[in-house]
Amino acid sequence: MFGRLVYESFRRQKRRKLLAGIAITLGVAVATAMIAVATDIGDKISRELRRYGANLIVTPQEDTLDVQIGGVDLKPPSDGAYLNEADLPKIKGMFWRNNIVGFAPMLPVSVGSEEADESKNISLLGTYFSKRLTFGKQDFVTGVRITHPWWKVQGSWPDDNSSDVLLGQTLAAKLSRKPGDDIEIAGQAHRISGILSTGGAEDSPIVAPLALAQQILGKPGAVRRVYVSALTKPEDAFARRDPQSLRGAEYDRWYCSPYAASIAFQLQEAIPHSHAEQIRQIAQNEGTVLSRIKGLMLLVTLAALFASAFAVSAAMATAIFERRAEVGLMKALGAGSVSVAALFFGEALLLALIGGIVGFAGGALLARRIGRSIFDSQITIDPVLFPVILAIAVIVTFAGSAMAIRRAVKFDPVYALRGEA
Amino acid sequence: MSTQRNSDLVNRRAAKPHTSMFLRMLMRAAVLRRGRAASALLAMAVAAAAATAMLNLYVDVQAKLRKEFRNYGANIVVVAKDGQPLPADALARVESALDGHGLAVPFAYVMARTSDGQSVVVSGTDLDQVRKLDSWWSVTAWPNASQDALVGARAAAVVSPQGKAFDLSFQGRTIHLNPAGTLRTGASEDSRIYLSLKDFESWTGLQPSTIEIAFSGSSEEIIALVQKLTPALPFAEVRPIRQIMEGEARVLGKTRATLAAAAVLIIATAALCVLSTLIGWVFDRRRDFAIMKALGASEGLIGGFFAAEAAALGAVGAIVGFGVGVGVAAWIGRVNFHAPVVPRFNVLPIVFVGSIAVALISAVLPIFLLRRVQPAMILRGE
Repeated sequence: MFGRLVYESFRRQKRRKLLAGIAITLGVAVATAMIAVATDIGDKISRELRRYGANLIVTPQEDTLDVQIGGVDLKPPSDGAYLNEADLPKIKGMFWRNNIVGFAPMLPVSVGSEEADESKNISLLGTYFSKRLTFGKQDFVTGVRITHPWWKVQGSWPDDNSSDVLLGQTLAAKLSRKPGDDIEIAGQAHRISGILSTGGAEDSPIVAPLALAQQILGKPGAVRRVYVSALTKPEDAFARRDPQSLRGAEYDRWYCSPYAASIAFQLQEAIPHSHAEQIRQIAQNEGTVLSRIKGLMLLVTLAALFASAFAVSAAMATAIFERRAEVGLMKALGAGSVSVAALFFGEALLLALIGGIVGFAGGALLARRIGRSIFDSQITIDPVLFPVILAIAVIVTFAGSAMAIRRAVKFDPVYALRGEA
Repeated sequence: MSTQRNSDLVNRRAAKPHTSMFLRMLMRAAVLRRGRAASALLAMAVAAAAATAMLNLYVDVQAKLRKEFRNYGANIVVVAKDGQPLPADALARVESALDGHGLAVPFAYVMARTSDGQSVVVSGTDLDQVRKLDSWWSVTAWPNASQDALVGARAAAVVSPQGKAFDLSFQGRTIHLNPAGTLRTGASEDSRIYLSLKDFESWTGLQPSTIEIAFSGSSEEIIALVQKLTPALPFAEVRPIRQIMEGEARVLGKTRATLAAAAVLIIATAALCVLSTLIGWVFDRRRDFAIMKALGASEGLIGGFFAAEAAALGAVGAIVGFGVGVGVAAWIGRVNFHAPVVPRFNVLPIVFVGSIAVALISAVLPIFLLRRVQPAMILRGE
């Protein structure tokens, strides 16, 4: 009998069921989409923040002081120690290798060139542009195009295995060169594949593939410093502790958290004779910006959950209130309050389940669309969310119906049947 | 006597034909069905509050996040051409162009020698301003006395490994410095020594050659400021720091886009909630509708009556909701950004018109559906 009542109620009152069902479906869809976006936004914004460039720097352990004013390196090139280029792919073998977005080695050299002032040498910076490297079975591409995304080239980027170079735009203007021209460096002619504009110190030197810089310096395999761009977790009090003071489980937890400090520690382990440090300007601010945006989205998600819960309850209350006459008839025929309430709750449960399933699917699609159109990448939905969302949908639907059901059950059947509600 | 009273009434009604009855019906409808009217009003107010809060946040989040982004430091740099010092009034000119919307800090650099002949870069600057500009600097203690220096972590290992006072010489002139604190940034600052500008000038006799500017504004505003500063400072090169400018524009753009998507979803849900509540409310009153029709009211009048009721509900709901929404936005601002979101009154007309529009749609839709039904059918309770 109960099953039949529910079935007939759905069959005969399509309009009312549809209105309530749509409200639940939309509410669940919005809630699902917002939860998915809010849980994923940290990751997405963290990737966007990588546009600020490298947040870690690796230098040789016994390095002499940088003598750099306004981005111009005044250090004699013979000075100081070097890292070994062959060690670099090991970065992709560390524990947090998947958090390493990219790295770029740098080797500044100073070269004589006939075109410039005789008295003044030009500085040349050797680096990777987008070099293909292999570590174990992994193939990956890294270089300044990943770590320094604000560098713009007019013309084309040189190939890492060629001997083409980029000319900083200040230097290019001074020498009046265009992409495609030649420039003489250390007695050899090199093709200028493009003009580099960075809005920073790299506007003045020549930027060349690393191998070319090593050849000019006469030190194959030498690298002065490596910029590493890594996805990190915002620093907290635990992250600031000295790894040497940590014991056992604490040390493991520190080592296995992607803090800038612990990634720097692992970089030091991966590359022999190196010193890795976070670039505080980038690494520190990233954390605050990230936590602000995450906090904002969390609060907005709460607002969205509240709005959808309210919409669902309002729709349920309306749907039940409209059926007072039916309640009156049932009670006049001898139904108790419990069986009337059970009928309404049964219907609410069915509606919540159907609306919850359809809404979850819709919300997942919505989240994917938002991810694709805003962040150009997928927003993945944790399947664990499904039962949680379904449970929330049922609870909210019940809570929304409860008040209306109470009132409907209490109503005197005589008035309800006479239509004097 | 009674005829006279009657004619008085007739006269009074003639002067204001329907208005008083119309208002009376509106008022009585709201008072008699308090519960239903209140729940419709609640739905309206919640929707308006959600819309207000989201719009307020959307408008204000840029200003709030921009403040956070300024912690990244300078986004414009002024460098004197050919290594010459900047003229003395350069900083004043930059500050007048900034007009209080940012921070400008002068830097002077020289390459000095330590007592054992090593080269080290020494910079003179306004240390109090640097502290505000470069908030990421990790400093053990900021110098405040004369001849106190802030020594970069790597420079410290060279010039005073035990934290003792040291001498630096530049073009034959020597200065005696106390290492007051150690500086750690992970960048080239670690290899430098920072002094107050006063000490630096009396030692080297040189003026600042660089001004770093942290300007709060969009990329377009930064470019505009650079274009304004370039003719004012003909002796220097003014350029935006693209690394900072572009990173900020990108992250801010994505955040606002996400927030906009969230706002659309939330406002749509809230509007739907209003729609379903109001449709139910009007359907519920089909007996009123039938009686009015049976008494000879025209369809236009009935439509007008329900529309006026809905509009009044929308207006009251919008104003109440606006107040609540501003409060919610302010709370979110305080919790997340530690500064309340300022109420934006230009959001009010949008919320107001939107609420009334949604209310009108949800009132007119059921009327339209009921129009074809005979009043007798409704009155019989079918």
